[in-house]
Parts: sequence; structure tokens; C-alpha cells
Amino acid sequence: MRNITIQELETIRERMAPHIRFRHEEMIGQMDENYRAHICVCGGTGCTSSGSEKLIARLEKELKANGLEDEVQIIKTGCFGLCALGPVMIVHPEGSFYSRVTEQMIPEIVKTHLVEGKPVTKYLYQETVTENGIIGYDQTNFYRKQNRVALRNCGRISPEHIDEYIGTDGYFALKKVLTEMKPEDVIQTLLDSGLRGRGGAGFPTGLKWKFARAYDNDQKYVCCNADEGDPGAFMDRSVLEGDPHAILEAMTIAGYTIGASQGYIYVRAEYPIAVQRLQIAIDQAHEYGLLGDNILGTGFKFDIGLRLGAGAFVCGEETALMTSIEGNRGEPRPRPPFPAEKGLFQKPSILNNVETYANIPQIILRGPAWFAGMGTEKSKGTKVFALGGKINNTGLVEVPMGTTLREVIEEIGGGIPNGKKFKAAQTGGPSGGCIPAQHFDVPIDYDNLIAIGSMMGSGGLIVMDEDNCMVDIAKFFLQFTVDESCGKCTPCRIGTKRLLEMLEKITQGKGTLEDLDKMEELCHYIKANALCGLGQTAPNPVLSTLHFFRDEYIAHVVDKRCPAGVCKDLLRFVVDPNKCIGCGLCMRNCPASAISRTDYVAPGHKLASVAIDADKCVKCGVCLGNCKFKAISKK
Amino acid sequence: MEQYTIKINGIEVTAPKGTTILEAARMAGITIPTLCYLKEINAIGACRICVVEVKGARGLCAACVYPIAPNMEVFTHTPRVVAYRKKTLELILSDHNCACLSCVRSGECELQALCREYGVENENLYAGEKNPSQLDDSAAHMVRDNSKCILCRRCVAACAKTQGIGVIGANNRGFKTNIGCAFEMDLADTSCVSCGQCIAVCPTGALYEKESIDDVFAAIADPNKHVLVQTAPAVRAALGEAFGMPIGTNVEGKLAAALRRLGFDKVFDTNFGADLTIMEEANEFIQRVQNGGVLPMITSCSPGWVKYCEHYYPEFTENLSTCKSPQQMFGAIAKSYYAEKMGIDPHDIVTVSVMPCTAKKFEIGRADQAANGVPDMDYSITTRELARMIKRAGIRFTELPDESFDLPLGLGTGAAVIFGATGGVMEAALRTAVETLTGEELGKLDFTDVRGVEGVKEATYEVAGLTVNVAVASGLANAAKVLDMVKSGEKNYHFIEIMACPGGCVNGGGQPQQHASVRNFVDLRAERAKVLYSLDKDAKLRKSHENPAIIELYETYLGKPGSHRAHELLHTSYVKRSVNHNF
Repeated sequence: MRNITIQELETIRERMAPHIRFRHEEMIGQMDENYRAHICVCGGTGCTSSGSEKLIARLEKELKANGLEDEVQIIKTGCFGLCALGPVMIVHPEGSFYSRVTEQMIPEIVKTHLVEGKPVTKYLYQETVTENGIIGYDQTNFYRKQNRVALRNCGRISPEHIDEYIGTDGYFALKKVLTEMKPEDVIQTLLDSGLRGRGGAGFPTGLKWKFARAYDNDQKYVCCNADEGDPGAFMDRSVLEGDPHAILEAMTIAGYTIGASQGYIYVRAEYPIAVQRLQIAIDQAHEYGLLGDNILGTGFKFDIGLRLGAGAFVCGEETALMTSIEGNRGEPRPRPPFPAEKGLFQKPSILNNVETYANIPQIILRGPAWFAGMGTEKSKGTKVFALGGKINNTGLVEVPMGTTLREVIEEIGGGIPNGKKFKAAQTGGPSGGCIPAQHFDVPIDYDNLIAIGSMMGSGGLIVMDEDNCMVDIAKFFLQFTVDESCGKCTPCRIGTKRLLEMLEKITQGKGTLEDLDKMEELCHYIKANALCGLGQTAPNPVLSTLHFFRDEYIAHVVDKRCPAGVCKDLLRFVVDPNKCIGCGLCMRNCPASAISRTDYVAPGHKLASVAIDADKCVKCGVCLGNCKFKAISKK
Repeated sequence: MEQYTIKINGIEVTAPKGTTILEAARMAGITIPTLCYLKEINAIGACRICVVEVKGARGLCAACVYPIAPNMEVFTHTPRVVAYRKKTLELILSDHNCACLSCVRSGECELQALCREYGVENENLYAGEKNPSQLDDSAAHMVRDNSKCILCRRCVAACAKTQGIGVIGANNRGFKTNIGCAFEMDLADTSCVSCGQCIAVCPTGALYEKESIDDVFAAIADPNKHVLVQTAPAVRAALGEAFGMPIGTNVEGKLAAALRRLGFDKVFDTNFGADLTIMEEANEFIQRVQNGGVLPMITSCSPGWVKYCEHYYPEFTENLSTCKSPQQMFGAIAKSYYAEKMGIDPHDIVTVSVMPCTAKKFEIGRADQAANGVPDMDYSITTRELARMIKRAGIRFTELPDESFDLPLGLGTGAAVIFGATGGVMEAALRTAVETLTGEELGKLDFTDVRGVEGVKEATYEVAGLTVNVAVASGLANAAKVLDMVKSGEKNYHFIEIMACPGGCVNGGGQPQQHASVRNFVDLRAERAKVLYSLDKDAKLRKSHENPAIIELYETYLGKPGSHRAHELLHTSYVKRSVNHNF
């Protein structure tokens, strides 16, 4: 084990770069010197859980059976983004995008595509199959408007092989920083790039580093927040799973910049694949001397440790995260002092999230102007969003800042399933708000989202349609915050609980108009008084829905009605006696025996219709699903 | 020190860098309310009652932790701030057991006081689900009633930081957060040392001593019982606070008068026991020094410290003086010497002590504390319990005349009275040991090196050709520091005094509780200790071995210090315990 030199780093790049380039669209028809085809199989959490490991095993078997094991390379990569169609695999050099692949498809794909050279059209992602033949997947709606910077290596390289990362210029930003730049230059580069923290609040990264550098101390720390906890968000997980070395490289650059020799990655234990790949990456970086003493022979020393979080959402808050790393109960501390002055173990520290770090090597290599060329005036670069909820293309997308919600949802996301109408998009997780249709064309950036009562957050984007009750949505997010509050400060511990109880009262039809005012007042109180960001933003889902969807609240309170038909206590299932033919299917399937026959026979029908006893009804909806005559409806 | 000038409610204040808004406001004559904040040990900004508006800040700022900055403008009582503080109180009440009428803390509760101050009218404004809470009355000395807990965590800080123990902490999260022992263990099953510092800092009635008031009243009312009371030195330095008297008022005379009016048959003084302790302990020390015994010898007066030693430093139990504490020596003598002298069957004697201490409640039940076949002590009540008894008995304490303690067990010296302050036992022992060793009378009785509220004090004395290195520690976190230095060989002490509570017994866990608004700005330890040092200064007798009652006791009953009989009655033994597994 010895440290590689810069010369050796360059040799590895020269060897690996053509190999990696082979997996780019423009390489179609060219040859890799070792393999004539590469099969990139998604090894992200989504595809792994839908069976991609089995696909790899089957591929290996089939390739061997066909004597192709030395001609075709299988690469287990990170996430491609289109999780809704997983498991996903791409065969290069054609770039054939196979979606929802099953084990049974493998023999045919190997035989027809890899032996005979004809992609199996029926198994391809159907958007790549057009009248004019098969198009590159980057021409599809899902990928066309994306610009993958943070995710650039996800789906492209094997995250478990450091050489593949080096083949994409990996660790060359570090080399550049260590050999050509002073810490001040790095800070200036980041400031010029306009990079802001991707964790939620959007604080300028260069400024954060500058503050930490300014404090003199023999020990400083670089921390990485990989405790992604917003419901439905998995941006950071995908970066960690797909490109872990980018994080290590960026943290090492940060160490050099602020004058730290130790870094910690605080990652959720619920991300086992990410943890495993990070550990492999750290081990490999040690092996090459890219972590440890005398990195690249420059005399610079930096190391990184993993710390696993036990799943508390509040540990994504910077001071709580540091308290947790210190081995204490994960609770936020008052600021000031800010972590730049007294952070981890009371030493000057910085904390950036995964996506922020993932951008940094690129900014160093390609220059701040390149990065600042993307995005809006005050929000530069790209942003990764995890699309979820009522949307066709559930998955991970990376778009330039300033892309509109409409583009993200309708074009990239493929719109809303079943022809339903868009109602709102929720960004910023439990700290964010709901954006209604009227703001569909607002360019997404930090400041615009704040202006319309939401926030960027870490990038969760949950789409809601007409079947979502906005009071219920507010309740959902608030329930999350109540569960995840650390319990330290009064406004968050008790205030959010009381807020939730008021919302419950409303969804049960027991609310009053006065409750709405009382709720709003409590929201403003919590925002102004809570100790940390979690508490201060907890009321946002309530405030934004109260603002944009007050009519729905009023329907619950005044009319005792849930317009979306979600709030069970306000629901009534009713039978239209003139549509009911009296078949009795609903009666037989009702788990609560709430349906009985009446003595009314509708004109033209032979049997008496049925009726639902509202007192017995448990509002399960089974009757509604069973009725073939659309005689039952929710009111 | 760099000075910053800021404006608070328009008033200019200049204070050193690092000063909090709370402290700066105090300098400007403004009180900002606090609940969770305790100077030096609990600056956590959790309760949010101290929020203020700072010009330019996004939300409100917690004054207790927010440092001043140059040209800062602060507004401490704007309508918005006041309304929000009220809301914080209303929210706390929504999860609080508001049975104030029957609460031990009623009238002295910090939460109650703030609710009145901020005009809270409806404790049910935010009524909703309450945190399911348990009552832990497993321990011998105290009760935790979490239905009254406001999660300020002052007790947690006192336990972990002041005492370095940490047997309590926050369990669960969010609304379900509660303070308790790890894995919801009973307090009695942990290595809690019973010091009661948690109670002393609790703002509400969530923590309180296990009361013996009814038992004591019943004993007094029983015509067949001869009920003796002894009162510790520190009680006279603090009891007045419970009756609205200024901190640092000496109420020795009124204390004796009150006890007599409560109906105790004899009103004695623990100072007698303290003088006796010095006789035995000084002798033990000299014996250890001269006969190659285990050194350093460490005092054993503080039962919280003794239990701490048994749990956390069991390798030092041989270093503990075998002397019982003054309380227990008193009891043993009361039920032997005194009983014989008075011709009373020891079984008919009920011994009651008034202590600034909760660990004394644990101590009376320890093994090897029943010299005459009966427990040395029957009841130990705190200073607070005594105040409640006096109030219940309708005694107008502040109007009482000054009276004296009864003889013979009410007689004590100045050396005994300073037992109540950190360093006092050391100083008292030195007075006797030095005279015993040198055979000459001391010119100067004041050993000022060992006085004062510092957590660790050291001194070296040359006595009769011997060099004696002494150390004094109060507060168990400080005790740990001293013991670690002994363990590592860094220090070579001969005699160490350790008191569990910071500042010694005057600041004991059984003393009247002072609101944080007082504690944070007044050094209770120093103010109360002044009473004791002034009593010592004015005392006619200032050396334990000159106490005529003690002299008579030895001459007529015990023989010499360290005699066989003295050992039977006045010495005890210790056990080795483990951490968080009591037995």
C-alpha cells in the first residue's frame, strides 16, 4: 500500500477514460479496446429492490453460456433516475435502454442483442422506440431537459471501482486544488460559481467555507450531511450509491480549503447500499493514498470517517447532526455560535450536503463560469429532484435551476396518471409548502419558492392531484414533524402537537372557523420561537395550504365535507337507488355488514335496491370498487 | 476584554464580549424570564420563554444563550414578545398536570409565578393529549412526578454536569420526551447517589423529597415516645429563605425556638455530632499517618459522596474514614449514652434530623448504622420539610424569639458549625489534629486556604515535622477530578474532604429552592456560607476537642477517641457497588 503519484493518477485516467467514454451516446459504433459491449445495470436501491441483482446473476450465466464473458462487460452502476420503470439496464455502445427487465427477458436479450446484434425492441423503454427507429434515451422526454451534473456518473460508472471514477477525471479536481490553488482560490471559485447549499436553506457554499477558514484552530472538521430524511426524497442516496468518490474528493478539497484534516460523513443506517459503497470508496481511496497522509505526494493530510445515523429526521439539522456525531442524543444547539466557529466537538466545522459536494469537483475542473452559466440570477447550476406522488415518471431528475414546475411535471415527469387534474406540488418536504396550479409556470429556484410560501428543501417534489385533500396533506406532513421533533424546545414539542390536534379536529368535522385563526396564530408563533430549522419550518405545510386552499379548510369546517373525499370521518357512501340493480355484490362483500336491501325496486329493475347504513359503514370503499353499475358514490 | 455597547429597550449597555442578552439586560435593570437556563450548566435555549426581539434577526432570539454583538438592538418586552411568552406558557400548561392546589411547590413554583406574571388566564387554552408520564417513587429519598415536568432539563444538567453522574436524561422523542433513567429503569436501580441537586434546581413540583412530615408529627403526638431533633449546621443558614428572609440570614435562634414549639422533647444540634466526628476523624487520621494506614484518608460526612465513592470509585472505599457522619454519630449517642443518662429505653426514643440533604434519607437506612440494636436515626427531614412543618403548625417563624439548643447534645463549637460549608470539615479537623499532634495551642484558627466556593482547593501544612497535603472538593464532578489525580499518581494527598454538593451542605439538595432568576445572579453557596463562618468567628468555643459536652462524653462513657466503644457506636463500614446496578 503506497500513495499513488500524480503521474500514476494520470496513467489510470488514460487507461480508463476511453472505457468510460464508451458508455456515452456519441460513442455508438466505436469499440472499447477490451469489451465490445457494456451492460450497465442499475444497482441503486430502487432497482435492487425490484431485482437487479438477480438480473446481473442471470446475465453472467447467459453470457457465459454464449461464450461472451470476455467480450461483454457487466457494470453495476448507480441510479439512472427513471425508477418507475425499474429495473433498468442499458446496453452500450447502442445505448439501448431496457426497462422493467425481468430475469426471463435476459436469455432473449443476450441472444438477440448481444449475439446477433439486434436490440430487442419489445423490451426497450417504449419512448425510445419511434417511427423513425430507436432513439437515444437522452432524446426522451424524461431525459431531454435534464442536465446531469451532480448525477453525472450515476448510471455511468461502477461506484465500487475507483479507477472508473478516475477515468471520468475523478480526483483531478483535488489534484488541481492541491497543486495549483491556494485555499483562497478555492473559496473564490465557489463564490464565483454561485453554488448554494443543496440541503435546503441555500446558503452560499463559498461563504460558509470562508467563515470556517477564518477561524484559527489546530483542529477543524469537514462534515457531510447524508442524513436525507424528507419523505419521498432520495437524491443524496442516489449520489452516494452511484458516485461516492465525488463526495470524498469534494470533502478532501474542503479540508484543504478550511484547514481541516478530518471529515465525517453522517449517513442514515437505512441506506445500507450507500453505506457499503461509501465504505468501499473510503477503503479504495486509502489504498491509493487519496485519503490519509501526504495525498498525491503534496504533504496534505485528510481522512474521512463514516458515522451512521439511527434515523432521526432532526439529525439532518446541522447542530443536531454534529451533536449526534459527538455521541450524544441528536438535538439541535442554539446558534450562535455557528458551526464555522464552534461546530463538531466545539471546533470550527463546515457541513454541506451530498448534492452540494457532488457539484464541487466539476466546478473546480470546469470553472465557475461554466456553473454560473446554468440557472437563474441568484440560483446557479442544477438541482436534483425526487419526483413522487401522482406522477407517471416517478424517479430522479436533475434540471437547471429556473426550470418551471410545468416542465418538470408535465414533460419530464410525464404528467399525472389516469388523466387526473393537477392540484399542487409539494416541495421542501415537511419544511416546505404546497404550490398550487396558479404557480405552475414559476421558474424553480431558491428565492421564487420562498416567495410563494414553500422552499427548495433538499429536492423532494411530491405531486398531488384532485384526489388529494389538502387538509389531509398538511396533516400528513405535520404528523411527520410531530413524530420527528426532538422534543427539546417547547414550541416544537408541544406547539406542533397542538397544531396537529387542531388539524385532526378539522378532518373529523369538529373544527370551527375560529380554529383556523387559532391555528394560523400558532403557526406564526412556532415559526418565530422554535429553536431550530425543523421547528421553525414545521408550520409551512399548514400555512401554505391555508393560504392557497383555504376553501378546502372551510369546506371541512363549515360544510363538514371533504371535497377530495379523503377524510374518512366526513365521508358518506351512498347508493343511487335508481342505478342499483340489486345484484347484492356489495352486500356480500361489505366487511361491516352495513349494506342491506330496501323495498324499493327501481323502474325497469327486477330486484330491490340496497342502502348503506352510515352508522355501521367503516368507509373502506370496497362497495364502491365492487359496484359495476356506478350506483355507489362517495359524498 | 473587548467591550460591546448595545441598546436594550433603548437603554445603552456596555458589557464584555461573550455576555448574553440575558445578562446584559440584567445590567440594564431588566429581568428577562427564564425557565430552562441555569448559569454554567444549562445554557440550552430550550424553553423559549426568554425570547427577545433582536433588530435584524429573522425570528426571536433566546436571550439566555444569545451573545451580544456590537451595536445590537434588543427589545425585551414588546407586545409581540410578551404575547409569545404567554403562548409558550399556555402550551406548557397544556401538557402540565395543573393540580397546583395540592402541589408541593405551590406558591414557590417558577412556572406558576411566570403564569401569573404573564397573565395566563386559561390553562386549558391548548388542552389536548398529555404526555403519558410515570411517577417514580422507587428511591429512598425522592419522587419524580413527570406530570409536572416541563422538560427544562435543569435536573439533567445538575446530575450530569455538576455531579458528573448523569443517571437521568431525556427518553423518547418529540411530544413523548420525558426525563428518566436509561431504559426507563427505576431511579433506585441506578447509581443515583441521592444528592438531591436535581430537586434543588427543579422549577416546578416534578421533583421532591420523600416526605416524613406526617411520621414526625405522629411521633411527636405519641406520648410514649421521647422525640429528639437534631439540626444540621447548614439549616440555620438557609431556613429563613423559606419564610421570605434574605439569603444569608442566620436563623439559629429562631430555628431552636421553632423546633421547641413543634413539640420535640429535646432540641439538639448536629454540631454536637460534628464535634464528635472531628474527635474520631482527627484521631483516625493521626493513627493512619502514624501507623501506615491507607492514605489519603477521605471524609465520610456526606452520604451522597459516600454512595458516589461506592459506585464510581469503589477502589477508594478503604480510603473513606470509617467515622459515621455527624447525623449518625448523634443518633448512636442519643440511643446509648443519652438514653442511659436519662433512663429512657432506646426503643422509646425517636431521633429526627433536619438536614440540608436528601441523601441523609438514604443514609439512615444503610447497613451498619444501628449501633445499639435500634436504628441510629429514625427520620431525616430536609430544611424544606421543616419549613412546611413550621407553616403547618401555624408558627410565625419570623416573629419567633431567639432560643438556644438543649443540653447536652445541643452543644457545639465553631469548628462544628463550619461543617456546613465546603472546607469546613477539613478546617475543623486541622484545628484538632494540629493541636493534638503538636501538643500546643494554635495561634491562628483560620485555615483560609480551604475556604471559599472553588470546586477544588489544595493546601500543604507543616505539622510537628510532618508535611500534610490536603485537598477539598465539593460537587462530585470536582471530586472525580481529585480522585483521578490521586489515581494517576499526579497528586499525593494525605487528607481529602469531599462534599457531594457544590459549596458543601449550605447548597445541599434539601435546602430551600431558589428560583433560577435568583440562582443565576446570586451565589447561594457563598451567601449561606458567610452565616456559618460568622457563627464560627463569634463562637466562644472554636475547637471540637474543647466542647465540654464532648469532653464529658469521653470521660464518662467512651473513653478515648478510637476506643472499642467508640468504634462500636461511631464507626461504620462501606460496600463496593457497581455503576447503574444498585444492590
